[in-house]
Amino acid sequence: MNLYKLIWLELSHRKSQLISALIAITLGIGVIVGIKTITVFSEKAVAVKLDNLGANILVLPQGAGIDDYYTADIDAPTIPEEYVEKILSSTLSGVDNLSPKLTRRVLINNYKIVLTGILPASEIASKPLWQNVGLFGNELEASCATSNDANKSHGYEDEKLQRKVVDTLNNNDCLIGSLAAKKLNIIEGGKIEILGNTLNVKKILPQTGTIDDDRIFANLKLVQSVLNIDNQISAIEIMGCCNAISEGLLSELRNILPNTRITTIGQIVSTQIETNQMMDKLSLIFLIIILFVGGISIGNYMWANVNERRKEIGTLRMIGATKKYIYQLLLIKAAILGIIGGTLGYVLGTISGIYLGPEFAQIDVQAVYIYFLYSIIISMGISLIGSVIPAALAAKIEPFSNMQEV
Amino acid sequence: MSLLKIENINKQYTHKDGLVDALKNVNLEISKGDFISITGASGSGKTTLLLTIAGLIRSNHGQIVFEDKRLDSASDNLLADFRNKHVGFVMQNFALIPYLTATQNIMIPLSLSRISVREQKDRAKEVLKIVGLEDRQNHLPRELSAGQKQRVAIARALINRPSIILADEPTGNLDPNLSLDILETFKKINDEQKITILMVTHSPQASEFANKKIKLSNGNIVK
Repeated sequence: MNLYKLIWLELSHRKSQLISALIAITLGIGVIVGIKTITVFSEKAVAVKLDNLGANILVLPQGAGIDDYYTADIDAPTIPEEYVEKILSSTLSGVDNLSPKLTRRVLINNYKIVLTGILPASEIASKPLWQNVGLFGNELEASCATSNDANKSHGYEDEKLQRKVVDTLNNNDCLIGSLAAKKLNIIEGGKIEILGNTLNVKKILPQTGTIDDDRIFANLKLVQSVLNIDNQISAIEIMGCCNAISEGLLSELRNILPNTRITTIGQIVSTQIETNQMMDKLSLIFLIIILFVGGISIGNYMWANVNERRKEIGTLRMIGATKKYIYQLLLIKAAILGIIGGTLGYVLGTISGIYLGPEFAQIDVQAVYIYFLYSIIISMGISLIGSVIPAALAAKIEPFSNMQEV
Repeated sequence: MSLLKIENINKQYTHKDGLVDALKNVNLEISKGDFISITGASGSGKTTLLLTIAGLIRSNHGQIVFEDKRLDSASDNLLADFRNKHVGFVMQNFALIPYLTATQNIMIPLSLSRISVREQKDRAKEVLKIVGLEDRQNHLPRELSAGQKQRVAIARALINRPSIILADEPTGNLDPNLSLDILETFKKINDEQKITILMVTHSPQASEFANKKIKLSNGNIVK
């Protein structure tokens, strides 16, 4: 028998009290960990988007939000495909590449995947990361946009490498994002059936950490036909010259396409960052709430526990336990409750983040291990603070509470 | 040989009607191997005397000397150490911890002195044998009869090889047959191990087991 065994035996003796004491702290820590985990990966996704998106201007339907574009809901608004022609036929300078696309969420093998219609050469040209797996599009005359070194080395000397190069997609070909391929268990060269059409899987795309990982890309015309949305698109991604943007390219585009919403990637990123900042604030609010609710919950449990154990504590004092021993008995128990609550909260929050991240934020979320340490520290801190007063009360219990008469 | 010497002990309690004298100039000398019974009416100061000797409450005046050490002026930690190493307690309500087995309850005083678990177990077996409960070592208090619970309490009192056992109405919750068993156990411990026993009781039958009898009335020793 030692102090720790005594604490453990007491904890396991009153399981229902233990569980009710842990619920508040576990849920609180879980919510914070869940929000923070999603936020971290959302921030990473924004950073990766910035690095890999290539395009820096987005033309969306009037009234459409960024969310409509990314979530690709079935009733998301569209714009006429002829808007691409309008831009191309204008005298605008500083537009290096145009990537019109139509996006819709479809059900394939019980998984919701975003089907995206693209003009292959334009799309591939705007995706530097795709070029790493031998996908090459238009030769860009990049005025001041992202230099496309990979594109320029298109002419491989090695014939085997040359054969791997994809610069267009046949009408019955598709490209699959890495996450979608994993979900659907699809391999390169295989076939996939989408809304009654069988397509060849030309390439599994490299992981980019963006929503592209969960998408299937096929020819725009084919997707329009499959979805019955002829001559309409969801957005036009434009790779614009940075100087041209600052010199008024956006307002010129707005003049050409008055019934659209034209925004820069910078604005999208700002929106994302604002969302993340809001999530951070939300985490802080939850942290404050959990400090109060969790602390009160644990304190209340410990208070009731001490009152219930008055005779037991009196017995311990009678047979030689010092006040310090009683403090240790209660505070080590509080620390154990904190460790259990922190661990359960971390597991709950991480699992929630992993499952809810793709659903609500369209990002792939993984465990953030450092949060385990933070969860334990916060949970232990709350538990110890909540237990200080009950422990002081316990240490004051007179050791003669077992006597009959005084 | 004097084990414990009490000189002019006074203890007053504050009551809403004024001060109450629980002990008035009590003098008592307890020798090693004594079996003393303390009797008296309710409120006569029996338990107060026991608590004062144990260092559980402090007297207002007077001296308590245990083996040449002053207890009346000792610190709380020294008194806790004194109770842990030199005193065994047996209470009317058994004072067992409900979620610990008989062996675990018995080992508690030794765990407070940080004695190794191996030795705790060996000594627990030893004292369980003395009280005749070897076959109940893994039973929880709720699985034991009242008599068995009191035997566990006696075993716990014995485990630290105390100089003195302080018993407060140890047979108060037991039927006459079980009371007799417990009193005989005390007698056996007193005879064989020469452990001093100071027993507060209302029962004349229990008092007969003692070799010295003290009667308290209104905080004074009258006999």
